[in-house]
Amino acid sequence: MSLVSPATALIAEDEPLLAQHLRAELASLWPALQVVAQVADGQSALAQALALQPDICFLDIRMPGQSGLEVAQALAEDWPDSADARSATPSAAARPFPLLVFVTAYEQYALQAFDAQAVDYLVKPVQTERLQACLARLHERLQARLAARSGDALEPALAQLRALLQSSAGTVAGNANPSRPPARLEVIQASVGNLVHLVPVAEVLYFEAADKYARVITAHAEHLIRISLRELLPQLDTQVFWQVHRGLVVRAAAISTAQRDESGKVFLSLRGRSERLTASRLYAHLFKGM
Amino acid sequence: MPRPTQARPATHNQSMVKPPLPVTPDPPARPQAWQPDEPASPSWWLSIWQRLRWNLLLCLGIAVFLSLVFRDKLGQTLVFSLCVGLSIQALIELGRYRMARWRIGLGHQDPGLRSGWPGWRYMAAWVLFSAFAGHGLGMTLGGWILGMPVPLYDWQGNPRGLAVVLFVTLLVSVVVTYHFYNLGRISAAQADAEAATRLAAEHQLKLLQSQIEPHMLFNTLANVRVLIGTDPPRAQAMLDRMIGYLRATLSASRQTSHPLSAEFDRLNDYLALMTMRMGPRLSVQLNLPDELRALPVPPLLLQPLVENSIKHGLEPKVQGGRIEVSARIQPDAQGSAGGRGRQLLLTVRDTGVGLDQPGGPATPASVPTTLTTAGTGFGMAQVRERLAVTYGGAAQFSQHNMDDGEGGCLARIVLPLGKTDGQPLPQPHPAP
Repeated sequence: MSLVSPATALIAEDEPLLAQHLRAELASLWPALQVVAQVADGQSALAQALALQPDICFLDIRMPGQSGLEVAQALAEDWPDSADARSATPSAAARPFPLLVFVTAYEQYALQAFDAQAVDYLVKPVQTERLQACLARLHERLQARLAARSGDALEPALAQLRALLQSSAGTVAGNANPSRPPARLEVIQASVGNLVHLVPVAEVLYFEAADKYARVITAHAEHLIRISLRELLPQLDTQVFWQVHRGLVVRAAAISTAQRDESGKVFLSLRGRSERLTASRLYAHLFKGM
Repeated sequence: MPRPTQARPATHNQSMVKPPLPVTPDPPARPQAWQPDEPASPSWWLSIWQRLRWNLLLCLGIAVFLSLVFRDKLGQTLVFSLCVGLSIQALIELGRYRMARWRIGLGHQDPGLRSGWPGWRYMAAWVLFSAFAGHGLGMTLGGWILGMPVPLYDWQGNPRGLAVVLFVTLLVSVVVTYHFYNLGRISAAQADAEAATRLAAEHQLKLLQSQIEPHMLFNTLANVRVLIGTDPPRAQAMLDRMIGYLRATLSASRQTSHPLSAEFDRLNDYLALMTMRMGPRLSVQLNLPDELRALPVPPLLLQPLVENSIKHGLEPKVQGGRIEVSARIQPDAQGSAGGRGRQLLLTVRDTGVGLDQPGGPATPASVPTTLTTAGTGFGMAQVRERLAVTYGGAAQFSQHNMDDGEGGCLARIVLPLGKTDGQPLPQPHPAP
């Protein structure tokens, strides 16, 4: 396996000077670390991280496309399962979930959630001593991982990501206004041509992300609305609607069964709908027997 | 033995304070509901206690005075004086709160009602009643406490004396009520003024925060820090831009106008910083004809538009884009017939992601336009407000997405110009 190969890293930073600088600092502080990709936007970060499976990802929080937090969330949901890996070719596919380091200029809300377990963060301007401490920690953790050979770094990373996503919900979306929570949505107005359907939120079974829009699914109908799931989420009662995947928000009372497979994914069936929904492992903790 | 009296209303400070801005945590809870200060609320007890102290002092003074004049025993006189004074205060306090509440119940919304002041019409009648009833009650109570008959109620003996005493009691009641009423109004006015000052300060702070965004500040500093190691002259240039930007931002609220050329210089500072940060993702074009350089404009009028274009238009767009700021003269829509009216047109065009459409191109027509994220926030409201204050209705501001091939957003500001050629813009009115 890849135990003897040098550690690899991905840098996602949209400001070219800062990206180059981080790369140069890494080269001088940890010469053995291989930077396998340097990208400037969220989508590329996700694609490259999934393709190259580096040991470490440095993610800028505010990036074009997707934010660093969204990339981390997507990464946690889409990372190949260790279960798959056992049965598949015993090569690079089996790599453990990368260590994440968030880099940010000023996200006071997001930062509160860190306590540097599986994840670390750096504040721009990044000072050399701070970067050094961060690298030492990463190094230590990679060593421990090699020794244990467990490859199961995912669970602590997931726990931390959950906390992080919860605390930063809505605040890192770029134009978010942290001081005023949006009003709760009661009725959804979905139009087709010049006809507007009014759909009471009370009838909605689930919301599904559809690119930058959202699909609204009730027991009998389906509508498309011009608002992203991310913008919609703060307007919903989280006691009533559970996010079970980055692209899926389900009415908890409408879920009839939840079935877990070996990889940690959970399949949901709903009252009143025949399709099955998939909850990601990031949210699998919501479904535990009492 | 006459007795004094107390009473006063008092619109004391609390209830007239406007609710604080939502940005700050509320100061100690203030009653804002549409009802009199609740008996039992701390503020209610405090103001009652204030008036009670004055009442006790007054009773003491009157007792001393009467015992000197009529050569009664001070102790006895004091008991009567206190009984009467407290009875009258109790009646007046009780009555005004009940009446205020009753009138609120009827749907009246006079601000005085909230502090338990039902209005002079009601209070005049009530004070009259309270003075007489309180006097009778207090004297009876005093006689009962002291175990002696109440001399003044011997009508045959001294009707004139009783009349004098009742008149004095009424007079004192009215004067004291009026006094506390005024006191209450003054403190309410003071509280209002303080609230207004605080509101203004908060607004100023919010404005400043919106102008100097920490994210922008720290990212720029991070870039400068990198350049110091690799390219010191460029670091110096960047720092100079930063200084220009900060200085302009911090002093903008103190000037009422500056030349258009200065406005463009400041935009240039900011955009140079952003170009350095975003690299090839950002290209900038500033078009300012020479003959317009001296026209006065409110300082940093365009800044929020440009920052908006960067922050919500170009930064979120993966491939970046172009921003173009232009100034030109155009004929006034109404005055064009005579050829006299002219306007200054300022535009900020970007090729970013456009309004209300995070990360994407134009919306398909089938997708509703309701339910979008609200407006473009504080910055744009700020621009509108400044134009309204400075030019009245004579200036216009609009913002819309472009549907030419490049997409993005166009913001337009139209300012009125002088009527004849060569004459400069009317000087903007001083900022408030």
